[in-house]
Amino acid sequence: MPIQKTRIYTNRYNGRQLSNVRIIPRLDIKGKNLIKGVRLEGLRVIGDPQAYALKYYQDGADELIYMDVVASLYGRNNLSDIISRAADQIFIPITVGGGIRSVENAQHILRSGGDKVAINTAAVSNPQLISDVARHFGSQAMVLSIEAKSTSPGHWEVYTDNGRERTGLDVVSWAQQGVSLGAGEILLTSIDMEGTAKGFDLDLIRSVRKAVKVPIIASGGMGNMAHFKAAANNDVDAIAAAHVLHYEHLTVSEIRKSAVEAGIQVRTV
Amino acid sequence: MAAITLLDYGMCNMLNVARAFQHVGAQLTITEDPAQARSAERLVVPGVGAFSNSMHELNRRGHSDAIRDFVATGRPMLGICVGMQMLFEGSEEFGDTNGLGLLTGWVRAVPDQTVDGQPQRVPHIGWDKLFVPEHTNRSWAGTLLEPLAQIDPAVYFVHSFCAVPADKADILAECDYGGHRLCAAVARDNIVATQFHPERSGEIGLRALRHFVEM
Repeated sequence: MPIQKTRIYTNRYNGRQLSNVRIIPRLDIKGKNLIKGVRLEGLRVIGDPQAYALKYYQDGADELIYMDVVASLYGRNNLSDIISRAADQIFIPITVGGGIRSVENAQHILRSGGDKVAINTAAVSNPQLISDVARHFGSQAMVLSIEAKSTSPGHWEVYTDNGRERTGLDVVSWAQQGVSLGAGEILLTSIDMEGTAKGFDLDLIRSVRKAVKVPIIASGGMGNMAHFKAAANNDVDAIAAAHVLHYEHLTVSEIRKSAVEAGIQVRTV
Repeated sequence: MAAITLLDYGMCNMLNVARAFQHVGAQLTITEDPAQARSAERLVVPGVGAFSNSMHELNRRGHSDAIRDFVATGRPMLGICVGMQMLFEGSEEFGDTNGLGLLTGWVRAVPDQTVDGQPQRVPHIGWDKLFVPEHTNRSWAGTLLEPLAQIDPAVYFVHSFCAVPADKADILAECDYGGHRLCAAVARDNIVATQFHPERSGEIGLRALRHFVEM
């Protein structure tokens, strides 16, 4: 068999990106509150998720991610009320994660106003769930959420339960398996960088990028525009930001404007 | 303002389409009843997910004939995403499945290579610009997209398959993906349909939906 040069699934054509890089505020929720932690721990209350979500929508966010960070502890996702309130006023795609364990759970979230479900813990314990959700609602609604922690240079382990439990799984091979089972997108969170505002784990992004053809949302570490540019230049399709937006270090429109100035293709609003 | 009837056949984006129409002030009825669909003033067929599943649901609930009968009345119909794809003769998703055959052409996989042969991302997810069709230069005046004509709009796509109309004159708008022009919207007689999601395309999408209610 001829040896093929590894080619990444490109986001470029004719020197241009295939699609605009999406800017996605990520809202981690505990109970009724928007919260933020560091490395998925040490959670602090930020405020009312609806107020923040509306602000981000009006400021030109491309999508929103809601993550119930304690759902896996209680075995259920409690976001449907928050999502349904959001969906009355917010007309961009909404991804919902945390504690989704079955097709019925997914349907409940999608019927509440979510467009996609992000599944981590339940997908690890029952990979068949990825195929079941994809078959019922389409691959585009099945986002595989991967929480990755570095174990040695070039290697990452999959964690579940919002960064609390080790799995022994290798991130890159789990990403490939998830996509072959029907995941239509990957939400890739670096536990090491999450909440630090010190930049994305670019090695992690590159390793997963080489391995899968579906879009990747990079999450964990966005602190300034240099971080955004570095991730975009490593061919991610979307960038999730939490800390930097919630603490108002940057606004969605500032991110958009700086991206345009840096020659990164984003939606113009 | 025309009354909008939204066909409920168990698809998950139905409520978000409903919310968007309510937001623009439409008088809205959601129905599972084929008779009510037939007598609608304006019929909206949403959709997301797999083609064969969706067609199966339409057929099982008696909605396929209702849609055909409605279209024959000449009253305006809007299809969204899979609701657009099902208007065609069929789709190659999960083996060939027949569609409603109201428009000629088939639904094919989004190319997994750019025009110059690089592997590219599938599904196509994201906000992309709408273009006037390359070959026909067709005007958006008098259609759903009329209010978008002056503003160089980007709208939200999420799909792995796209319609390839046999009659290029049916294409109302295209998007560019890796150098391929994909069909983003079609219009023929009283049918208008979008591959993108106007209910998820922010204020621009709402503007198009408002226009559908008012035109």
